[in-house]
Amino acid sequence: MNDTPLFKVSGVSKFYGQRIGCKDVSFDLWPGEVLAIVGESGSGKTTLLNCLSTRLMPTAGSVEYRMRDGQFRDLYHMSEAERRFLMRTDWGFVHQNPADGLRMTVSAGANVGERLMAIGDRHYGNIRATATDWLSRVEISTDRIDDQPRAFSGGMRQRLQIARNLVTGPRLVFMDEPTGGLDVSVQARLLDLVRGLVNDLGLSAIVVTHDLAVARLLSHRMMVMKDGYVIEQGLTDRVLDDPREPYTQLLVSSILQV
Amino acid sequence: MTELASYNFAYLDEQTKRMIRRAILKAIAIPGYQVPFASREMPMPYGWGTGGVQVTAAIIGPEDVLKVIDQGADDTTNAVSIRAFFQKVADVAVTTHTADATIIQTRHRIPERKLSEGQVLVYQVPIPEPLRFLEPRETETRKMHALEEYGLMHVKLYEDIARHGRISTTYAYPVKVAGRYVMDPSPTPKFDNPKMHMSEALQLFGAGREKRIYAVPPHTDVVSLDFEDHPFEIQRFEQSCALCAAHGVYLDEVVLDDKGGRMFVCSDTDNCEDRREHGHSGEMLAPSKEAAE
Repeated sequence: MNDTPLFKVSGVSKFYGQRIGCKDVSFDLWPGEVLAIVGESGSGKTTLLNCLSTRLMPTAGSVEYRMRDGQFRDLYHMSEAERRFLMRTDWGFVHQNPADGLRMTVSAGANVGERLMAIGDRHYGNIRATATDWLSRVEISTDRIDDQPRAFSGGMRQRLQIARNLVTGPRLVFMDEPTGGLDVSVQARLLDLVRGLVNDLGLSAIVVTHDLAVARLLSHRMMVMKDGYVIEQGLTDRVLDDPREPYTQLLVSSILQV
Repeated sequence: MTELASYNFAYLDEQTKRMIRRAILKAIAIPGYQVPFASREMPMPYGWGTGGVQVTAAIIGPEDVLKVIDQGADDTTNAVSIRAFFQKVADVAVTTHTADATIIQTRHRIPERKLSEGQVLVYQVPIPEPLRFLEPRETETRKMHALEEYGLMHVKLYEDIARHGRISTTYAYPVKVAGRYVMDPSPTPKFDNPKMHMSEALQLFGAGREKRIYAVPPHTDVVSLDFEDHPFEIQRFEQSCALCAAHGVYLDEVVLDDKGGRMFVCSDTDNCEDRREHGHSGEMLAPSKEAAE
């Protein structure tokens, strides 16, 4: 791990009129670190994630990102062209619903290859070879490369979405409920895969989830949100094993035991 | 007796023509950029060339000579009706000869004969947005044009190769104009794409339903998109024209009977007639009268 943070968030707030989306959120994220944002629905997790990933403009606050040249840039003061370029090269965004992150009407290979073509790769053979490689890395049989994602199961779609995001070698990945809507065995496999990829590639990730088990498995650090505020943050094991806030205690004790 | 109500010259009123001319000028200034304009209802249905007709009406003058082609032919319904329309509302001279025309309105072909300086080619465009079938949101495609994000266009070509082993797009083949905007050259066959490159004639595109005008000024780079290992190629025909024996021109396949009989003839009827007048004859050309006598 590096001494300088990759991502510096200070005082990010988002209001929807009088309502609070999220209020005064600050944290640093270091290279290779996975941060989980947990909380019940309506607590502002997704609003915060959208603000951080510049899909939404916050009402106040700033987010700085360390570019590949080592310089920090304020995301909200970049031009839209730069921001979009960053989003499709150095970042990834994994949606809860794979249909939001994939092009459902083009083949799996083209889905993976799109980012490569967007940054100027113009050699069909190379694009296809890279796509094949990535499909096998996310455990999708390579003979499915010409199938459209709508012919894929939910778990395969989610893995395809991950491959599509990772193909340009991003340094930071945002995930919004990556395991939502999947059954438990598929969830377990996906989590295993994501954990492996994050370790191998040294990715930083910000994962939004309401599932504390996902946070436990994937993240190093976690933040608990309630009503738009971050009420507790710390190392994942500390927060889950020794929750201090009453709400966090409630959350941890609400997990169903089989 | 009061004068009967009549149409203005070339059907459209002067203010409308002025508005369209402004859009055209802007389009010429930014090659390949789709300029929105307030498209009018025309006395013909959408899909029959309302965009092209409005562009032609805005630029035509009494001295112009108009030629109208539909899939290369001067004698099909669309071409005949638009030609008759302008004869009626503008009283201009019309011709079928490419070389004599000053304005050529076309639906889906560029004449085989090389166009020269001073000529204007007006295209009728159904869907001006090359990214439309991959990205349905207009707000998003505009942003992609503005930021020059054209990776998606190659996704389409990638899909072609993945499915068919080669780029199977044969018409509306995307081009990059003057190194900046990606443009849909309207559903012309890709055979005609090389003719757009560095053309001496001004090329104007009108989409009536979609309310867009775009242009390629004379002597402008028009490059067809491709992959390094799958370069752009135009269609090649093994046959020659059955009537005029022309090679290297775009041919239409005409089914003759229900027993597999077919013939290949020039899509550009003017070019074919001209060649026959100059003594070229294909295998299926009826013998001329003198020879029969």
